Amino acid sequence: MNRKLIFEISGEGKKGYSLPPLDIEEKGIEDLIPTNMLRDIKPNLPEVSEAEVVRHYTVMSRLNHAVDVGFYPLGSCTMKYNPKINEDIARLEGFTSVHPYQPEETIQGSLAVLYELNQMLCEITGMDQITFQPAAGAHGELTGMLIIKAYHDNNGGEDRNKIFIPDSAHGTNPSSANMAGFDVVEVPSNSRGGVDIQALREMAGSDTAGLMLTNPNTLGLFEEDIIEIAEIIHDAGGLLYFDGANSNAILGITRPGDMGFDVVHLNLHKTFGTPHGGGGPGAGPVGVKKELVSYLPCPLVGFDGEKYYLDYDCPHSIGRIRSFYGNFGAVLRAYAYILTMGAEGLLNVSETAVLNANYMMEKLKPWYDISYDRICMHEFVLSAQRQKKQGVSAMDISKRLIDFGFHPPTTYFPLIVKEALMIEPTETESRETLDAFIDAMIQIAKEAKEDPEKAHTAPHIAPIGRLDETKAARNPRLRWSPN
Amino acid sequence: MSNYIPNTEDVKKNMLAEIGYSSIEELFVDIPDRVRLERKLNIKGPMAEMDLMRYMKGLASSNKHGGEYTCFLGAGAYDHYIPSALGHIISRTEFYTSYTPYQPEISQGTLQAIFEYQTMICELTGMDTANASMYDGATAVAEAILMACQATRREKVLVAGSLNPEYKQVSYTYARPQGVSVTELGYKDGSVDLNTLEQSIDNETAAVVIQTPNFFGVIEDLESIAGIAHQNKALLIVSVDPISLALLKPPGELGADIVVGEGQALGNPLNFGGPYVGFFATTKKLMRRMPGRIVGETTDNVGNRGFVLTLQTREQHIRREKATSNICTNQALNALAVTVYLSLMGREGLGEVAEQSLQKAHYLHDKLIDTGLFTPVFKAPFFKEFALKTTISIEKLNSRLLEKGIIGGYPLEKAYPDLKGGWLLAVTEKRTRQEMDALVETIGGIANE
Amino acid sequence: MKVIEDLKYAKGHEWVKVEGNRAYIGITDFAQDELGDIVFVELPDVGTNLDADDILGTIESVKAASDIYAPVSGTIVEVNSELEESPELINEDPYEAWVAVIEMADGSEVANLMDGAEYEKFCKEEA
Repeated sequence: MNRKLIFEISGEGKKGYSLPPLDIEEKGIEDLIPTNMLRDIKPNLPEVSEAEVVRHYTVMSRLNHAVDVGFYPLGSCTMKYNPKINEDIARLEGFTSVHPYQPEETIQGSLAVLYELNQMLCEITGMDQITFQPAAGAHGELTGMLIIKAYHDNNGGEDRNKIFIPDSAHGTNPSSANMAGFDVVEVPSNSRGGVDIQALREMAGSDTAGLMLTNPNTLGLFEEDIIEIAEIIHDAGGLLYFDGANSNAILGITRPGDMGFDVVHLNLHKTFGTPHGGGGPGAGPVGVKKELVSYLPCPLVGFDGEKYYLDYDCPHSIGRIRSFYGNFGAVLRAYAYILTMGAEGLLNVSETAVLNANYMMEKLKPWYDISYDRICMHEFVLSAQRQKKQGVSAMDISKRLIDFGFHPPTTYFPLIVKEALMIEPTETESRETLDAFIDAMIQIAKEAKEDPEKAHTAPHIAPIGRLDETKAARNPRLRWSPN
Repeated sequence: MSNYIPNTEDVKKNMLAEIGYSSIEELFVDIPDRVRLERKLNIKGPMAEMDLMRYMKGLASSNKHGGEYTCFLGAGAYDHYIPSALGHIISRTEFYTSYTPYQPEISQGTLQAIFEYQTMICELTGMDTANASMYDGATAVAEAILMACQATRREKVLVAGSLNPEYKQVSYTYARPQGVSVTELGYKDGSVDLNTLEQSIDNETAAVVIQTPNFFGVIEDLESIAGIAHQNKALLIVSVDPISLALLKPPGELGADIVVGEGQALGNPLNFGGPYVGFFATTKKLMRRMPGRIVGETTDNVGNRGFVLTLQTREQHIRREKATSNICTNQALNALAVTVYLSLMGREGLGEVAEQSLQKAHYLHDKLIDTGLFTPVFKAPFFKEFALKTTISIEKLNSRLLEKGIIGGYPLEKAYPDLKGGWLLAVTEKRTRQEMDALVETIGGIANE
Repeated sequence: MKVIEDLKYAKGHEWVKVEGNRAYIGITDFAQDELGDIVFVELPDVGTNLDADDILGTIESVKAASDIYAPVSGTIVEVNSELEESPELINEDPYEAWVAVIEMADGSEVANLMDGAEYEKFCKEEA
């Protein structure tokens, strides 16, 4: 049976709103706007009662898996618990009903949040200044790449056009570097899953603009050679960009600034507990070292000892990257999260996240292949090659996990691992949950041998069966039409 | 021990032992000593829930906000009414604690909502197809520019002087590294000067970018602009206030090739500038060049209708450096707010919001002109926002209004040095006659000093 | 994997069928099998001039996009617009579903391409 779309429960004259009557004398619209500019027919929006709208979307919400519903070990996405107090704080009228262009003296509370979180994130990353304009991780990457470009252009390095990116990197990295006008050069991984520094050394030179690195990387492994990597890039005159997607492993343990990185982005929606919102809003603040502060997007927030102010003195700024000051609502939640945790709490976050991942990896090792047999950080990558030979692919395993009430891991990524399943438990899961997931994975591994069909036809317990993506892409239907 | 971390120290000890380690420290051996942080982070906290709430409430109350003040500021962010039911729906944790719907079988809630959203955006804009949303209105314009350059294989773009100044700035930031030159057109009577446009455009122009109602609130003559753009085989990119589309002819009917805009006004609070949501719509012809996530309809293994992310080969996780954009997520929860808003308001409600905003803006406009202290900056039809000129200092005006609990208009001089003494006021359906009369009265008092 | 003996082949897994000065270009059975269900083919504009190894078009499946390279230099004189509506024709019969016709600038370039036997060997080495 097809679930109805909101348009399909629409009925003429039904109404989901109430507005007070116009309290001024009404003029003819045609006296205010030339008739040729007016719309002939109203947009075909639904007409539905409030009660029906609420039920429609409530029922839809129940078709979603979510962190509050069950385990969500989606690798590199850090699907940790989103504290509820932060939601209450973000809904305080003193924060929500503030216009971004209000005079500075009327926005001291909001500016204080930006100023203080700036200081906290600088301390956590070892950077000197943060911009909150970037709305997401990829947006932060673009911002960081533009900063590196502007820095080189301003320092006689106009010919530095190459950005090195490991072959294990997330797709946004090469895409962001390309958008910033760089040529992307892929760096191979070595046998331990890290950057091949021999290859990197041969590649680095006078045309090197920089290196983008996720550390721990997308295999969940810490780059052991990070000090040498930084030296190679810096010696060549390039800058190092830290993709902070995996920062949940290193809070209070090590800092990108101390590893040699010059530019950093953080995903507040991953590391600092702000909800993912079904795909956004997140926030991707970018931090830089002293030498790069003047290149940040404008404005920054300053404090003169008495009041906070917006600082528009950014001489080399790359310009604006988003309107206003970024996704303030997410920034606010992250601030509240860090205040709740404190220094020891954040350290506990990373230690527990890393322990949980290693615990799961060790328990699953006998059943699945592991490309790089090392201690992992906050996540690890299994390979389902053994199961694939038995006719069960990584995607089949993912779909079968749905039957157990789990969200599947990140599947087929990173690209350098065949049949990859990338698992990130986070610190907010209990041992009981981890054990239940381990048991499910073991059962699926057994089934692959004994009854592969079970995985092929999965999920069996889901709101809908496996969907035909080929059909969707061949004949795109991207909107509803009345007939 | 944190209330967000279930495993106790004892449990952790057992887990470690089971996998053959004696301390957590052993798990961090791969991190070179030289880069280890050998001290505690120097940050505030930890704070218990009650203390945190007290502290955050203190910060919130040091803001002056729309709960206590009457807002006449617009300039790209608007104080429209948000129905109560909306907040309850988007607070469903199944919506806000999920992520990008990679696994469609357990993400139909998010996917169907986006499909409905895409449909609504098409209905409002009159375009064939829309994506799942962008970060905000500014980045939507910037990405539209890049898309137009790729589609036309041209590298020159003309932007209206009356385009939101921040959208212009973001567009420069995005265009510069791509070698795209962005030239700003002046304005005449608050609108795009068609003569200048005709003189500036040529067969290397990829796109003309305009906003309607524009930054000054003025409704642009889309049809004429589209004609000039298309004569030169350039695309027309239109940034639009979605509320206005309940009344105004949809850009799709007037020849727009890409229609974008800021969706904040549709059910998202002002929130000090974010999170907001950019919408992005285009023609069928340009569909495969769109940036961002797109949801499409399909069927499951037994023929039930369902929804999936589709046309993914445009995107960074497949094309990497060749992708149409690096954007990886949308603003799903804000787009959901838009969807729920448009469902609740519906065809009639959105019309009423638009019409009340229009009527009230003209009421306040006329009242202020009647004081004799103001003259219109431009003589052109406007929607819910208008620019007035005065000899009283705008700073003084706004600070006196603030004393009376009124957040005044935007000083145009900030972005347009030639418009010194210009004051941009926005009036939504939320403003009452009493509030508007209070503003006029206060101003009368300032003038009489 | 099907290879047709009297066609010519390029390293990008394109096949070439020469008729006088005209070269029909398509993708091989090996290529369509690697890609899986093809959902979209981006065709070049008629009149486009291409050098050998320039990108001629793009072929997409649900989870992959693959560029088609021009095996020879010349001008696009015809495209198979049937593929716009029915990209699956390439899956069904890749050697029938040609993508474009190039009017060759230099017919001698054909000699640089592989013959059927060479291509078969090439595929085995790649796999």
